[in-house]
Amino acid sequence: MLTDLTIAQASEGLRKKEFSAVELTKAHTDAVETLNGRINAYITVTSDLALEAAKKADAQLVSGDAPALTGIPLGIKDLFCTNGVRTTAASKIIGNFVPPYESTVTAKLLENGAIFLGKTNLDEFAMGSANLTSAFGGVENPWHRKGDPSVMVPGGSSGGSAAAVAAHIAMGATGTDTGGSIRQPAAYCGIVGLKPTYGRCSRWGTIAFASSLDQAGPMTRTVEDAAIMLTAMAGHDPKDSTCADIAVPDYRAACGRSLKGLRVGIPAEYRAPGMSEEILAVWQKGIDLLREAGCEIVDVSLPHTKYGLATYYIIAPAECSSNLARYDGVRFGERAEGATSLDDLYEKTRHNGFGEEVRRRILMGTYVLSAGYYDAYYLKAQKVRTLIQRDFTHAFEKVDVLLTPTAPTAAFARDEKPEDPVQMYLNDIFTVPASMAGQPAMSVPVALDSKGLPLGLQLIGKHFDEETIIAVGSALEKAAGFTARPDLRAGVSA
Amino acid sequence: MSYTLEGNTGTWEIVVGLEVHAQVISKSKLFSGASTVFGGEPNSQVSLIDAGFPGMLPVINQTCVEQAVRTGLGLKARINLESRFDRKNYFYADLPTGYQISQFEHPIIGTGIVEIELADGSTREIGITRLHLEQDAGKLMHDQDPKRSFVDLNRAGVALMEIVSEPDIRSPEEAGAYLRKLRQILRYLETCDGNMEEGSMRADVNVSVRKAGEPMRTRCEIKNVNSIRFVMQAIEIEATRQIEIWEAGGEVDQETRLFDPHKGETRALRSKADAHDYRYFPDPDLLPLVIEQSWVDQIKQTLPELPDEKRARFQKDYGITAYDASVLVAEQSTADFYEKVAKGRDGKSAVAWVTGDFFAALNRTGKSIEESPVSADSLGAMLDLIADGTINGKIAKEVLEEMFETGEAPIEIIDRKGLRQVTDTGAIEAAADDIIGKNADKVEQYKGGKDKLFGFFVGQVMKATAGKANPAIVNDILRKKLDG
Repeated sequence: MLTDLTIAQASEGLRKKEFSAVELTKAHTDAVETLNGRINAYITVTSDLALEAAKKADAQLVSGDAPALTGIPLGIKDLFCTNGVRTTAASKIIGNFVPPYESTVTAKLLENGAIFLGKTNLDEFAMGSANLTSAFGGVENPWHRKGDPSVMVPGGSSGGSAAAVAAHIAMGATGTDTGGSIRQPAAYCGIVGLKPTYGRCSRWGTIAFASSLDQAGPMTRTVEDAAIMLTAMAGHDPKDSTCADIAVPDYRAACGRSLKGLRVGIPAEYRAPGMSEEILAVWQKGIDLLREAGCEIVDVSLPHTKYGLATYYIIAPAECSSNLARYDGVRFGERAEGATSLDDLYEKTRHNGFGEEVRRRILMGTYVLSAGYYDAYYLKAQKVRTLIQRDFTHAFEKVDVLLTPTAPTAAFARDEKPEDPVQMYLNDIFTVPASMAGQPAMSVPVALDSKGLPLGLQLIGKHFDEETIIAVGSALEKAAGFTARPDLRAGVSA
Repeated sequence: MSYTLEGNTGTWEIVVGLEVHAQVISKSKLFSGASTVFGGEPNSQVSLIDAGFPGMLPVINQTCVEQAVRTGLGLKARINLESRFDRKNYFYADLPTGYQISQFEHPIIGTGIVEIELADGSTREIGITRLHLEQDAGKLMHDQDPKRSFVDLNRAGVALMEIVSEPDIRSPEEAGAYLRKLRQILRYLETCDGNMEEGSMRADVNVSVRKAGEPMRTRCEIKNVNSIRFVMQAIEIEATRQIEIWEAGGEVDQETRLFDPHKGETRALRSKADAHDYRYFPDPDLLPLVIEQSWVDQIKQTLPELPDEKRARFQKDYGITAYDASVLVAEQSTADFYEKVAKGRDGKSAVAWVTGDFFAALNRTGKSIEESPVSADSLGAMLDLIADGTINGKIAKEVLEEMFETGEAPIEIIDRKGLRQVTDTGAIEAAADDIIGKNADKVEQYKGGKDKLFGFFVGQVMKATAGKANPAIVNDILRKKLDG
């Protein structure tokens, strides 16, 4: 089936004229039509635009001058502004916003020939770990526990992207990762999710959550596909002052690279008390596989890991409280009716427009930046952030890459959602430190747990050394031989 | 000289510090490519960044940074090679992103100095605390619709330099002198046009009062005063208000006030309790601003001669008074004009002509020095014609007027109208004899001791020669004839 192909395979098939871009796209738009009603992976489906673009891609393929992603149908997280296509951030407050501009990352994908199937669902403004805060409804994880029809969450915030890729209703998708929003849903949905180094991809045109942490990255079914997508997405952008002016290598070339003599660090602090045996077992499996592949396994310490989550939940809300101030009902987006004053307009618009979790984070952020609290919270958190960064610097003096679990658990059922928001925040415990330090990190699916749900391992690399995590990731992927597919996917169920 | 106010309980001195917002001269805004030209159609100069659209990011405009450094150098201030941008968070309809990008903790320019001159000729140094770059807000229009307010974002994002003085100012006069001097420096540097009517320079005025020798008392901030005259008035009115409160046993509240020039009062805008909590934090969209010393040095090379140095040099090179030099350097264009006229000529006579008849003629015709029909070269040529005796000073005034009207060279006017000075002693003697003969009675009085009548004879001879006689020769001949 065309929907079962990887990006690499499809790209080759298109070039060999085994099928056309229109056929490939049609297979996906049909599958979206069949499955999206249930999975809700897409907020906005753009099948007509996709098929139009596919015709052009076919012409390009005939001319022989077709860039890497020509004719490849992708899902785009609905946080990337897309010219003329509604961009909602899964929020009511900009639920009808149609940007007159294209984000740098999606523009680069378009230049590389990619076809967009639609805008994928997410937690509102990327704030959440289970895709339960979207104003457009939750996303269903295509995976289910063996013999249990309970709806599982896909993780978040890039849950729509992860579910779409897992269910074969996109060959790949863009995600954004602030504290784990690419890696954790990738682990929950049994796919690959790569968060590049902070500054590797431009943030221009991507709706901001926490500017010092937000980073776009690919979500795919193989490491090689992630490498292909990242090569297209990354690169310097003068419109984003924090985007690095560093040449983009051909990341695909790193796949299959020998791991002989590579040092893999195992941070002691990630062995959290009370962690499930199954997670520990899959971690051990990863260690063994990499050792067999020729890596040297080294015990390392990241002593400030335990402060990661607390620090993150000061800095990210602080930045979000400021970044989301622009949604005020004055210039674009929703505006509350019947306001009697400017303050009333703000209060009504923002109360009605933002969901509970977003409001909670805005309040937290406003609090920690307030006079009298700034030093105790924000400033202290920035200092701890520096210590966390230093942990990684020290660790990378000894090793080339770190291997950890991606999340403390497998996906949970929608009705098992913890009532305490702090319990929910714990999902990010292993992903947040790399975000705080700006390190590149990738989740690779390695095994299924006893209930049949996928588990992922996380590789964390040195700044701008995505190549090493791709090399190790592709070896791990090969060694683990993870071929399981969810029961809910294109061409299987309906 | 010290300025004080008399209250019922004694003498009060005032303490003033000024925060000046000066709009940076640059083609585009501080963080976007939108134009900064004044007076465009509402919302015609707004980029998506200025309007705070989702996903938009600021990128620092290098020209604005250069202008801030230039200004810092002009204020003899410390240039901070590393500075930082912070977000100042508050909600208002003229502030699209909900925060203003400013420099809170780490400004680009540190302490500096402005020297002011006072009417009695004395000078004082006013300390500069800091200068930082920040964005301007948009403008609300409340008069376009009965029910709604409109927002014009043309100004939103335009670069401002906030220049903060130390509380060194002790009188309204000093405040005025400081603002004039600051504006002069900014204009010399071409970093701000200093146009207060268009709002490109505005001042927040911090005022407190105290008895001599006391520490500082509570201050009030008067926001957004838009002329030097109003700043001076506001200080006196606010200081008087505060003295009345203190003397009545009250307490001055720290608050933000507005100056109403029509009513001649200041009014409370918001108290300290209502003050915004701006929740400053470093803008994560921008990296720390790091500049190189070598770049600062390069900018320094291009700095013009500033008013203080120019004034000192004019006094030294042209032998003119401090007062005259100050008048000349007030505007760069005037100084340049004067220097062209004075070069290689008598500096004193040049200043007399430039600030005297020339300025008067400009005033009369309502023209600026740039529009003057008489060029510096032309005025210089006229001065040469006085020096070599071709015309005398009195005729020169007439020639200058004609020059203003026709734009002709002085020598052409002199020849066309036959105004050359008469140095022919025979002709002057004949005229003198004629006058003496016709005024025997006055000759008698003069000889009888009425010395003042000498002037009468000189005047009559000049009149007889249509003003063209050389006054020195006329004097000589009359002395000989009357005293001899």
